[in-house]
This record gives sequence, C-alpha cells and structure tokens, in this order.
Amino acid sequence: MTNVWPWLSLAGLGAFHGANPAMGWLFAVALGLHRQSARVVCLSLVPIAIGHAVSIAIVLAAVVAFGTVVDLRSLQLVAAVLILGLAGYYGLYGHRHRVRVGMRTGMAGLALWSFLMATSHGAGLMLVPAVLSLCLADIAVAGMANSLALSLAAVVVHTGAMLAVIAAIALVVFGWLGLAALRSTWINFDRLWTLALGATGIVLLVS
Amino acid sequence: MATWRPDPSFYPSPRMAAKAPRETLAYVAAFDPDRQRPDAIAVVDVDPASASYSRIVGQVDMPNVGDELHHFGWNACSSCLCPNAPHPHVERRYLVVPGLRSSRLHIIDTKPDPRKPEIVRVIEPQEIAERANYSRLHTIHCGPEGIYVNALADREGNAPGGIFLLDHDSFDVLGQWEMDRGPQKLAYDFWWHLGHDTMITSEWGTPDTFENGLVPEVLLGSRYGRRLHFWDLHKRKHVQEIDLGEEHQLVFELRPAHDPTKAYGFVGCVICLKDLSASIWTWYRDGSQWVVKKVIEIPAEPADPDLLPPVLKGFKAVPPLVTDIDLSMDDRFLYVSCWGTGDMIQYDVSDPLAPKEAGRVRIGGIVARATHPKATNGALNGGPQMVEISRDGKRVYFTNSLYGAIDPQFYPEGIDGWMVKLDVGDNGGIAFDENFFIDWPKSHRPHQVRLEGGDCSSDSYCYP
Repeated sequence: MTNVWPWLSLAGLGAFHGANPAMGWLFAVALGLHRQSARVVCLSLVPIAIGHAVSIAIVLAAVVAFGTVVDLRSLQLVAAVLILGLAGYYGLYGHRHRVRVGMRTGMAGLALWSFLMATSHGAGLMLVPAVLSLCLADIAVAGMANSLALSLAAVVVHTGAMLAVIAAIALVVFGWLGLAALRSTWINFDRLWTLALGATGIVLLVS
Repeated sequence: MATWRPDPSFYPSPRMAAKAPRETLAYVAAFDPDRQRPDAIAVVDVDPASASYSRIVGQVDMPNVGDELHHFGWNACSSCLCPNAPHPHVERRYLVVPGLRSSRLHIIDTKPDPRKPEIVRVIEPQEIAERANYSRLHTIHCGPEGIYVNALADREGNAPGGIFLLDHDSFDVLGQWEMDRGPQKLAYDFWWHLGHDTMITSEWGTPDTFENGLVPEVLLGSRYGRRLHFWDLHKRKHVQEIDLGEEHQLVFELRPAHDPTKAYGFVGCVICLKDLSASIWTWYRDGSQWVVKKVIEIPAEPADPDLLPPVLKGFKAVPPLVTDIDLSMDDRFLYVSCWGTGDMIQYDVSDPLAPKEAGRVRIGGIVARATHPKATNGALNGGPQMVEISRDGKRVYFTNSLYGAIDPQFYPEGIDGWMVKLDVGDNGGIAFDENFFIDWPKSHRPHQVRLEGGDCSSDSYCYP
C-alpha cells in the first residue's frame, strides 16, 4: 500500500477509458440532445459508470479467485496470453459486435450497453497489472478477503476517475463545444486501445 | 484500412451535413436493356467550373452481362458516428453495387482515382443464397451493424424477400437480418429512424410478377405490394403492418426525416386502381403506434388514346406513376418524380401532414414528350425517375429509366436515356440548369444517381 503508482495507474486508465467516446460520454450527450435536457446527460452517466464498474469488477474478481489457487507468475502469464490474444484479435479484425441498444433506451439498457462495451473491449483486463502489484503477491499472507477489498478499492478508484472524465467531457460538449468537433478531434481510440492492451500484456510478461 | 480521424464526409447531424462542400462528381448506374453488353457505373462531371461539366468522364464495366444495375450505395456513411455503435475510422470509399436481375454484388473502389473506379470484389449470387438465402438485390444502406442490403426474393425467387448484412470491412455476407419477420412477405425499399430504433420496409412483388414486365392481372387483382412494415431495428423483429388499402398498388421509396428526433417520413404509392392517381403518404408516430395519412394525391391526366401505349389506351389517361421521391437534408422539400406525366414536383413539407406545392418542371412524359433547352431532338421520352438531391439542397439530379422490362410497357418505342439537373431557389422553386443535359449513350439507360461524399438518400444520422 506504500506504493502510490498502482493507484495512479488505475485512475489514469479510468481517465483513458472515460475519454473514449465509445465508452459512454457520447451516448450521454446524444440522449441529452434527443431529449433536450442537460439533466438527461447527467443522469445517463450513472448507468454508464455502473455498467463499466460491474464489468471491471467481474474481471478483477476472477483474477483474485484464480490468484488463490495458482502462483503469481502463472497467473501473470495466463493473463498476459489472454490480453495479447485479445489485442491481436482487435488488431486483425477490429472491434465489432451486434448492436443491442438503441437511442430509445432507458437507464437499464444504458447500463447493459456500457457493461457490454467495457467487457467486449477488455477494459477490466487492462487493470490486471496494477491490481496484481497491489495485492495478489500477498494473498497467501493476507488472505483472499483482503485481496477482494483491495480489488473493490481499485474498482472504485478507476470508476471514480472514469466518471469524472465522462462527466467533464459530456457537459463541455453538450453545453459549449457542440458535436461538430467530433469530425476532427475523434482520434482512433480503437487503435490506441489495442496498443494499450498490447502494452498491458507485455508488462505482465516481463514483470 | 482504419484511419486516425473520422472520414471527413461523415457529419454528426443533417444540419452539419447540409453545409458540406459541393459535389464535383456523380456516379450513375447504367444498364443495357438488351443484356448484350456489360452494365456500368458511369462517372459524371457535375462541377460547373470544369471543362467536362455535364459529361460522362469515366466508367467501370461489370464483369458479366445482364446484371441490371439499379440501386447502389456507399460502404460507410455518417451513421458510423452513432454513439451506440461507433466506428467512424473507416473510409467512405467503396460503392456497393448489386445487380437486381443477377443478384451479384460488386464492390467498387473510388479512392485511387475517383474518375476511374475499380471493381475490387465480386460476390456471386451463390454465396448470397447460401449465407443469407436471398436473391434479387435492391437497396443498399450503410448502418449501425454494417452494410444492409435488401432482396426482393428468397434464393428460389419466391417470397419472402428481406434484408441481409454485409461486414463493413471485409464485405463478407453475414446472413439474414430478420429474426422474426411476422407477416412480411414482399419487399422493395427499406430505411430507418435511428432516433426511434425503427426500420421501415415497403413492398413491390415477387420476381415472376416484374422480371418480364408488370402483369396486368396481378395489378388489377391488387396482388402487388400495398403495405408498410415497421420493425424494431435492434431486436430485428416485425412490430407493425399498415395496409394502404386494396386500391393502392406498388408502395415504393421510403424517405424518413433526416432529423433523428423526428418520427415521420414519406412513401410514394405508384398507382391507385380506382382512378390511376399516384399518392404520397406520411407515416408518423401516434402514441405507441405508427399511423399513415395520404397527404398528396396526384391525378391522372386525360389523354388521346392514340397517343397512349396499349396498356393505357382503354383508360384514356396518363397516370402520374410516382416511382421515386427524395427528401432534402433539412426535411423541408420533398421531390416527387412522375414518370408517366413527365412532372418533377417539389413540395414544401415543413408541415409533413400538409404539403404545399413549391415548384414543378416537366420533361419527357408518355404524352407530353417535353424537351430540355440543351436537348437536340426536341421530344424526349422516359420521364423523371431516380432523383437525388445535393446535401446543401441547392441541386437536384435525375434520370429517366425505370426498369428494363417495364420501360417498353409505357414507352413502347424504348427509352433514350438522359440525365438532367435542377437548380433550387432559396425558398423553393425549381428550374432546369440549361447547361446540364446528358444525352445518354444509346447502348445503356441511366438509373440511380449517387453523389460524391454523400447525398440526401445515402446517409443517416444519430444527432439532431
């Protein structure tokens, strides 16, 4: 717990995920524009953050659970292979999936959408190195309960940073900037995302 | 190949798209009615500053004969910016060009040289039949889940027709779109309200009732299409059917409002069996239901039977035959092609339930044979048909052929193809551009027009 870097990395990844228009702020802005309400923009951010948090929590819980039965190095290697495989798949085939949620969605649909987007993009996997460095080395000593508590804290820190960023961007775009900026400023996050996943896998391999 | 920034021709909203730069090229489907020479996509220069303005400056021939090119579309468009399925880092670059008769799909690359497009992939009808069970390919739209293609028949040439998906990167056939088609059997056009998660489809008939021309008994028996179907766009389920009534036959082009917050659109009905009139209907949301209202009725014009083709002599009248309509990007003007009488009518549809005529020109026509200032022979045949509007709404292009087997039923001497352009006044009103007239090469007839960078029937939008 003395090391602050894992926490900063969790928060930084939260900001990165939040900045990606495909992770929700753009959907919130669109719903606000359709219903002509800044309140709808703000309300929409809640299910988007919840869906994202649940997706990440499931991944981290799975990592912790495996951490209790395999040693740290094996866990790192398995996670690295999984993550690099996913990055390779995205690199080759891009991100694609069936559209399940449309513009008339309610809050539950929005949470489901956010969960599916985070899960299919491997958002939780990107956090594995930080969470491993935080707690899993000590599982044998501190026990699984402590690891789960640390993972929960990781989810809160990550989601908090993400929520702050999506709220800031959504409100600035909705209230001031307008959507025309999308045409020139929407850089290819899918590509950045794939690179970030690749880097995560390599960090796990060499650590 | 993915790009770092969105394609510059993608616009979040129709409001922004209306400010797009003016088009300099148009792509036009051209087919050989005799099925002897390959059909082609012609490239037309529409830049008035160019020395070759109003001329065909390029052409890509299909690899086979007899495809009957008809409608076509872009691989990607502004819907790639939608927030629920964002993938805007693709290029609007490929034309997806089906053969209505052959069921063959051609992917044509316009990027290396927009004036010399090249075929990069051909998807044979067998592949489409095996993967999607469809044939007789018609409308193309780029949309949330890839490229949507509709087909007028199943692989055997029977009902039901329907929709299938192509992958927007690889162009592989992904399979049938519908999960539950309910009572829908016939197909013709489709489009959607992205803001209301709704797809709409219309109806023509099965291939045995049009591939050798319209069949009078089927028409008089009201067995051509007369219904609209409404679908849940994401659940892919049929939700509602609306019957326009048994005297209304051939329900064709669907033009939903471009503004995704609006829940209304327009559809043209070619002919009413009672009086040969044509009609425009507005569909709109009423509570939890979709409803329709006939908002325009265009009457048939009395005519000397000696001037009429055999199929119309007994009626002593020219039906308007509304076979295409198009809606401007600001949802203000609806253009209505009357292929029978030769009128192109502009309606102000600011109030979608109470259109007002704003402009009208006449060219060709079964009886009128109206000419164009730049035409040489003085008596044009065919009539206004596939119509396309520039994104800024200032220019309207159209051609004069309907369908190879139907053209001679109404124009027995055959159709000499032409393409013309209208200039639109700031508050409505239309007039021919006297410098734009293409006397189409006699080997082919022109059909749908697509404009460089997108037009008013290519893109759909998720933001108002």
